[in-house]
Amino acid sequence: MPAPALAISGLSKSFDRLVVDGLDLTVHAGEFYALLGPNGAGKTTILRMVAGLLQPDAGDIAILGINTRSDPVAAKRLVAWVSDEPMVYDRLTPLEYLEFVAGLWQVDAAIAATRAAELLDWLGLAPHANELCGGFSKGMLQKVALAGALVHDPRLIILDEPLTGLDAGSARQVKDVLLGKVREGVTVIMTTHILEVAERMAERIGVIAHGRLIAEGTLDELRLRLGRQSSLEDIFLDLVAQHAPAA
Amino acid sequence: MTGPTPLQPGIGLGWFARHELRLAWREWMAMMSGGRVTRRVAIAVFLVVAASLIHLLAYGLLAPWVRQGIVPDRATLVLLTGSGLLFWTVMLSQALESITRVYYARSDLDLILSSPASSRQVFAVRTAAVGLSTVLLAALLASPLLNMLAFLDGPHWLAGYGVVLAMGALSTAIALAVTLALFRFVGPKRTRLIAQIVAAIVGAGFVIGIQAAAIIYYGSFSRFALLQSPDVIAAAPPPDSPVWLPAKALMGEVPALVLMLVLGLGALTLAIVLSASSYGAHAISAAGLSHVRSQRRPSRRGFRRMSQRQALRLKEWRLLQRDPWLLSQTLMQILYLLPPALLLWLNFGNSAGAFVVVVPVLVMAAGQLAGGLAWLAISGEDAHDLVATAPLAPRTVLLAKIEAVLAVIAVILAPLLLALAIASPFMAMVTAICVTLSAGSATTIQLWFRTVARRAMFRRRQVASRAATLSEAFASIMWAATGAVWASGSWLALGPAVMAIVVLALARLLSPRRG
Repeated sequence: MPAPALAISGLSKSFDRLVVDGLDLTVHAGEFYALLGPNGAGKTTILRMVAGLLQPDAGDIAILGINTRSDPVAAKRLVAWVSDEPMVYDRLTPLEYLEFVAGLWQVDAAIAATRAAELLDWLGLAPHANELCGGFSKGMLQKVALAGALVHDPRLIILDEPLTGLDAGSARQVKDVLLGKVREGVTVIMTTHILEVAERMAERIGVIAHGRLIAEGTLDELRLRLGRQSSLEDIFLDLVAQHAPAA
Repeated sequence: MTGPTPLQPGIGLGWFARHELRLAWREWMAMMSGGRVTRRVAIAVFLVVAASLIHLLAYGLLAPWVRQGIVPDRATLVLLTGSGLLFWTVMLSQALESITRVYYARSDLDLILSSPASSRQVFAVRTAAVGLSTVLLAALLASPLLNMLAFLDGPHWLAGYGVVLAMGALSTAIALAVTLALFRFVGPKRTRLIAQIVAAIVGAGFVIGIQAAAIIYYGSFSRFALLQSPDVIAAAPPPDSPVWLPAKALMGEVPALVLMLVLGLGALTLAIVLSASSYGAHAISAAGLSHVRSQRRPSRRGFRRMSQRQALRLKEWRLLQRDPWLLSQTLMQILYLLPPALLLWLNFGNSAGAFVVVVPVLVMAAGQLAGGLAWLAISGEDAHDLVATAPLAPRTVLLAKIEAVLAVIAVILAPLLLALAIASPFMAMVTAICVTLSAGSATTIQLWFRTVARRAMFRRRQVASRAATLSEAFASIMWAATGAVWASGSWLALGPAVMAIVVLALARLLSPRRG
């Protein structure tokens, strides 16, 4: 049986308070997984630990069988991280940015150049390939960041609120690209506050509250759990209300 | 702690002035103390001690001159006017940079320009604030000399503060005129760049000019050699010439002082009145630049085959080359390399003795340049998450960034070192070693005090960590002293070298601990 794309066990992290509380989570390879939760639930902290941007206080993270603590570089080679704030340099062009990312991930130059051209074309950025990113809109910057995440052909893509601030057209392009990658067997884990997106795109949904996984499953499984036909929004609000701390 | 009472509704010059004052006060307090009372006390004690020491130094410098008796003859007028011009060029340079920011800094401008408030009033207040900050800085620099002259020779020297006020106002007015002329003739896209170049040239130009003249005519590196030379004094206009108006005002002549104040403040008022109406339009055109897409020439070849370190170095060089504010921060340091270059040129083939003065200048410049570039490369990482999630060890990232910085320093200094090597291989070796140590120390300090910041925060790096800034400056000075003494062939060079190492050790102790 192949290793899961992401296996988290007993993960904990505290800052001034406990943010992630002994989390266990498994995401299968080739799955589109949506991580939902109210503000401050710990979603971003979890994903930042998976991406290697934060050290866990306790617990283990394995990406396609590679433990991030024992071999962080090998694990990072398989992962792409896209945050809600695009990580792009104002004074590089999209092509130069992709060349830089390809250099960091040591992608063969010829392959990276071809892939970069395809991605820029796919995301509608080809006419702007040689313009400095400083003049781009938020949506264009997010698409450049997404192209950067895909240029090294990751096996696991982690996205934290990738659709924030995007117009309908840009959001559609990003969603199409992500669904295309899932069809190719890539695993996508995404946090979002836009529940319709999770409802339409995700195969499984995990709901986080107070740093714990309070529910998980397909949309139908979650509906069954509540015992009625509801929208994801109703299910989400019910679950969060059930787990709200006592006043 | 946070200043005066809440703002009352109402819009006017006074209202805007209070708003600006409150923001400036809070920012200054935050920068100086970081919100901690203990740090505020420590800084107050440090300022008092530093001011006392500088006043003592000024006393030592001025007491012999005052004992000789200061008379308003040509020699005195030349010396005062020349020294005043040095101050004034620095003021003009600062005003030029600050005025450019009034037009280009975004911060709250979108809010204000989209409100029904008058952009003319905002502009008037912000321009006056530039004038005030220019005057305050110059007054701070001049205060030890003026206070000691007043103490030793009489209170009439306190008129110097009035001269500083007049010259600050005049600098701001000229800076405003230059900026508006640039907007008109070269457009908002190039105004910022050209204004920075002009500011750097003005700031360093006069100092370098008289240093160069001193080198050419007197073989001396001292800028005062020219101001005290008999030829210059003989060629100067007679004492009743209007050229000496600022010097006479400085010496306490009331009519001259009043005239200076009328000229300076009048010029500033006129400049504000004439330019206020166009401020909104220029600020909006400058704001539009952030939405303008800048087309680069497409690369003919495909992606390069490169290692991770090469990719990081290439990225750093591209970003340094395109940084819009870097020029103003480093150009002056590069311009200061011109006099030693001139000295090298003139003394080509002569004895190595003349080059002793070149060594510390190069070492100092290398340290200062390396500090700025290292902050940009190490701390000013706009895509920190991207680099942190890349499959490479953090050590590799830092190594590549250090290599990028040191390579830039090497490229800038290599021609001078090469010229020095042809003239005196020993001097070149001493300089190369001390330049490496100075640049390496500055880079190491930036590494120890590294933070995660946007590159746009570059101007605030010096206040973000005073310990880093001070240790960087002291280490550069100590390595420069090591170079100077070593170049003169003395083993005493070990003294400042040991001091530099002590400074580095202290910086390491003060630096934040990393897990």
